[in-house]
Amino acid sequence: MTTTDDMAIGRDPVTRRRFIKSVIASGAATSAAAYYLAGCSDGSAPASGSVERLITLKVNGQDRRVDILPNETLAMTLRYKLGLTGTKLGCDRGECGACTVLINDVGHNSCSTLTHSVRGRAVTTVEGLEGPNGELHVVQQAMIDELGPQCGFCTPGQVMSAVGLLKANPKPTREEARHAMAGNLCRCGAYDHYLNAVMRAAKSA
Amino acid sequence: MKDMMPKFDLFQPADIETALKLLDKYGAKAWKMAGGQDSLDWFKDRAKRPDAVIDLSGIEALKGIRETAAGLEIGAMTTLAEIAANPIVKEKFGLLATAAGRVASPQIRTVGTIGGNVSQDARCWYYRSGLDCYRAGGNTCYAGTPQGMNREHCLFGASRCVAVTPSDTAPVMVALEAEFVIRSSKGERVLPADKYFIGPAVNITHMTVLEPGDILMTIRIPSKWAGAKFYYEKVADRNTWDFPLVNVASAMKVKADGVIEDIRIVCGAVECVPRRLNAVEDIVKGSPQNEDTATLAASSAARGAAPLNFNHFKIPLMENLVKRAIRDS
Repeated sequence: MTTTDDMAIGRDPVTRRRFIKSVIASGAATSAAAYYLAGCSDGSAPASGSVERLITLKVNGQDRRVDILPNETLAMTLRYKLGLTGTKLGCDRGECGACTVLINDVGHNSCSTLTHSVRGRAVTTVEGLEGPNGELHVVQQAMIDELGPQCGFCTPGQVMSAVGLLKANPKPTREEARHAMAGNLCRCGAYDHYLNAVMRAAKSA
Repeated sequence: MKDMMPKFDLFQPADIETALKLLDKYGAKAWKMAGGQDSLDWFKDRAKRPDAVIDLSGIEALKGIRETAAGLEIGAMTTLAEIAANPIVKEKFGLLATAAGRVASPQIRTVGTIGGNVSQDARCWYYRSGLDCYRAGGNTCYAGTPQGMNREHCLFGASRCVAVTPSDTAPVMVALEAEFVIRSSKGERVLPADKYFIGPAVNITHMTVLEPGDILMTIRIPSKWAGAKFYYEKVADRNTWDFPLVNVASAMKVKADGVIEDIRIVCGAVECVPRRLNAVEDIVKGSPQNEDTATLAASSAARGAAPLNFNHFKIPLMENLVKRAIRDS
């Protein structure tokens, strides 16, 4: 159900932050699963021809077998079944972009994507940007250097939108970058800092 | 944490025939899902509770942009991002490319489709929050009352319901004289854009002629207006993601001496259907394209408007957008 891959790999001594994160992830997954089943499934069998429940997802380069409800969004699956809580849920209505992930290298609102529609496609979350030795992605480093995050809640979404932009257009103009980042709401209002970071990352990549 | 959508059965047909069979089987209990960017919000808010969701995104026959002898054919499931970036659309029908690029946000345009955008349900925050208004099958309207919060609502065509079309691309389709190809298990029919959209006086619970068993297949854009002078502008509270307060789309043919030969001009978000401005068209045809003509035309743009308590601002907004469309396109 949940994952503690991070700890199982054991590449670092288990840090306090990592330990707490994994405990929270497994706890959330367990309680969330109970919640789904209580509220959203009456136990009746699905209609014939409806989607299978057990599917394989390609997340951050790994194949993951997951039990998915027909009415489940990708954001729910990532956060509460795969423990990838780097993807944030802000509005859950496709308005704020905090849940942005890459699907085949293009930014999508994971709150507005049914998990069943991403079968066979490559999903990348902010966790998937980590380098082999835990290094930050060039976009993440640029955002730190440009003081992008304030409260930080929108940051994973901003990072994913920027990474998606730079994959499609490695040398964007500032205006192009502004348009590409337009789907990410930042209530601290640090838009210009994020934009500076995108331009810095484009230069250094 | 956020909660889940209520339960439904999900079907992902790979071809039209399977989809049509499913639609016939479930009838009004089925929901046709295109990009799903608005659909899922309806489900999350419990404002719509379908038994079966038919996800059309796996049907390849509904996707793509093709040039034909008569013009352009756009599959209903073609994404807005693809239309906004398509070189043929940009070259010949820049109006459509611009409008598609102004819908919502990059993430939504990546998945959102042209068929879904033109068929989008009404903008009224009472209706969208799941209240039992006329449009939802009830027997009252919350927005059209003296206390109603109706800043986003209609200036024209109110008939018990005062909601508006929120689509950014629907006015473009009316301006370009597009045709809509619809299929059901009974066969195929083709309708002009201005017959595809319907107001509350015709059917208060429908925005389009689509019945439960119907699928919008293709939108055909005739070459008549290819390469014309275009103008598109959308005004919204937020410059991204938001629905329009008013938008305007116009296609104009101007002779070498600067006289306007032909024009179609359409406003969105002022009525339940895209509003074609016949009076404006009649005034400017045969006149030079300049400030005076634009001013005169603008003064008739909102003729007949019946504003509600909080949306008077839409009248000058509409007039100014029309003025710009005539003067600046």
